[in-house]
Amino acid sequence: MSILVLADLHEGQLAGATAHVVAAAKAIGGDIDVLVAGEGVQAAADAAAKLDGVSKVRVADNAVYAHQLAEPMGALLVELAGDYSHVLASASTTGKNVLPRLAALKDVSQLSDVIGVESADTFLRPIYAGNAIATVKSDDALKVMTVRTTAFDAVESTGSASVEAVEVVVENGQSSFVKQELAQSDRPELGGAKVVVSGGRGMGNGENFKLLDGIADKLGAAIGASRAAVDAGFVPNDMQVGQTGKIVAPELYIAVGISGAIQHLAGMKDSKVIVAINKDEEAPIFQVADYGLVGDLFEILPELESKL
Amino acid sequence: MKVLVAVKRVIDYNVKIRVKADNSDVDLTNVKMAMNPFCEIAVEEAVRLKEKGVATEVVAVTVGPKAAQEQLRTALALGADRAIHIETDERVESLAVAKLLAKVVDEEQPGLVILGKQAIDTDNNQTGQMLAALTNLPQGTFASEVAVDGDKVNVTREIDGGLQTVALSLPAIVTTDLRLNEPRYAKLPDIMKAKKKPLDAKTPADYGVEVASKVSLLKVESPAERKGGVKVASVDELIDKLKNEAKVL
Ligand SMILES: Cc1cc2nc3c(=O)[nH]c(=O)nc-3n(C[C@H](O)[C@H](O)[C@H](O)COP(=O)(O)OP(=O)(O)OC[C@H]3O[C@@H](n4cnc5c(N)ncnc54)[C@H](O)[C@@H]3O)c2cc1C
Repeated sequence: MSILVLADLHEGQLAGATAHVVAAAKAIGGDIDVLVAGEGVQAAADAAAKLDGVSKVRVADNAVYAHQLAEPMGALLVELAGDYSHVLASASTTGKNVLPRLAALKDVSQLSDVIGVESADTFLRPIYAGNAIATVKSDDALKVMTVRTTAFDAVESTGSASVEAVEVVVENGQSSFVKQELAQSDRPELGGAKVVVSGGRGMGNGENFKLLDGIADKLGAAIGASRAAVDAGFVPNDMQVGQTGKIVAPELYIAVGISGAIQHLAGMKDSKVIVAINKDEEAPIFQVADYGLVGDLFEILPELESKL
Repeated sequence: MKVLVAVKRVIDYNVKIRVKADNSDVDLTNVKMAMNPFCEIAVEEAVRLKEKGVATEVVAVTVGPKAAQEQLRTALALGADRAIHIETDERVESLAVAKLLAKVVDEEQPGLVILGKQAIDTDNNQTGQMLAALTNLPQGTFASEVAVDGDKVNVTREIDGGLQTVALSLPAIVTTDLRLNEPRYAKLPDIMKAKKKPLDAKTPADYGVEVASKVSLLKVESPAERKGGVKVASVDELIDKLKNEAKVL
């Protein structure tokens, strides 16, 4: 068996997600190669070469792969996939964007959001917002799948794989990058944070989200949100936690002014400890919270910040 | 320009699902069904493009059982001009749906195809991307803004780090994210009118597409239930529990 892992990049650097995908690849077993594709990605390739369990890093460094647009990335993967039994990527917006193109061009199915490996062809994945777990077996010659990073512990970075250049350069006359507005934050990344503090519609407006800042600072936490808070324009879309946003599983998740709709729970119910702060004692969030505090968040948050 | 929109019949998003006792699948008997929310957003976007004079015709298509006609009628009531129902009772996976849609794209030659980014039942998030690959068209996934400009379209995408805008040559495939628009509700007179709009009935065989997949569903289980914990009376008690009981502070 031989597995190709598509590396995730964040502003040209190797993203934390890749170490989790390599862990999933190790659970499958076999030789593991990592593909780093982009423009000016040597540093990312070097970081990938340190990931435990990786035999070889393949680097496609060319302007056509800048921003990892789906069309050239799909075409590149099709060129390389012939050498492998499995191609994996994280279930990030890049993995989700690119991998189905490879699957379709290879005439195979894709398994999305894999959370467990039973064997080289049998996997677990959540369906219906995680309210059911499906065990699926793929008889396709090539297994293409995205991996939910929170389900696999990251591998360490003590390895030293070889790094080799991929000479394949594809054409792309169909799509071009226009611009990107990335959230700038000194906080940990939502998907990998040990503590997440999330605000919902109960926060009232965007300004009030500042009430979460001091708490997040003290706990070294990332800040998340419910869909309602994003839709209302309180905070940007990249903060949405849930079925159709980001999946998080921190040590501690604090939900503030969030009711606990199934779509929100889908994104955080695998957190180790859940705290809910809500003025409605009947709010469904309390059914999954380890510690519930009923009350007005505008009184509770300042007190919590000062006492932490 | 013609716009093709794909819609899927799924469980209503408010329903809490149950797993069948024999663990063969999720139990959908007597469960409320609806149009997938992301598909509603796709229909809305297509209809708005028509209202703006960008689109000349909106064609809705679904792959699914007889009852999926309801969702096509909903799309017609919301403003689609005609519909295509590719009827099958099989469990059709994303790849087969994409193959069928590729045939429809071939026949209809739309300038833009809009799909939901994911269906809330299988949560796959694949079909639009697969369709783009099979038709060799560019894709703008997870769209929060779609701006057609001559022979290209600018799509603003919701990505993990924020927002990204790409320019695609037309024809192109777009998949919708939550912030693209707020879908309207169908009005009663439009629901009546929709009954008279043309709806073509087809089968996968008509398109020569084999829907069987090489992925088999071995079992479906409920996830580990999370038990609710305790209510604490004060911030002090909360901090104490987090420090000394949960040991996460
Ligand atoms: C297709 C689809 C996908 C979706 N995907 C997601 C997703 O990924 N993530 C997601 O989060 N949602 C998602 N949703 C939306 C979800 O169904 C809910 O609408 C949403 O999660 C509600 O957000 P909320 O809890 O912030 O708001 P509400 O449900 O309005 O809850 C607000 C809560 O704040 C409390 N509150 C108000 N004021 C105070 C106060 N002063 N002090 C304390 N508490 C207060 C209230 O008691 C209430 O419980 C999706 C929905 C659909 C249809």
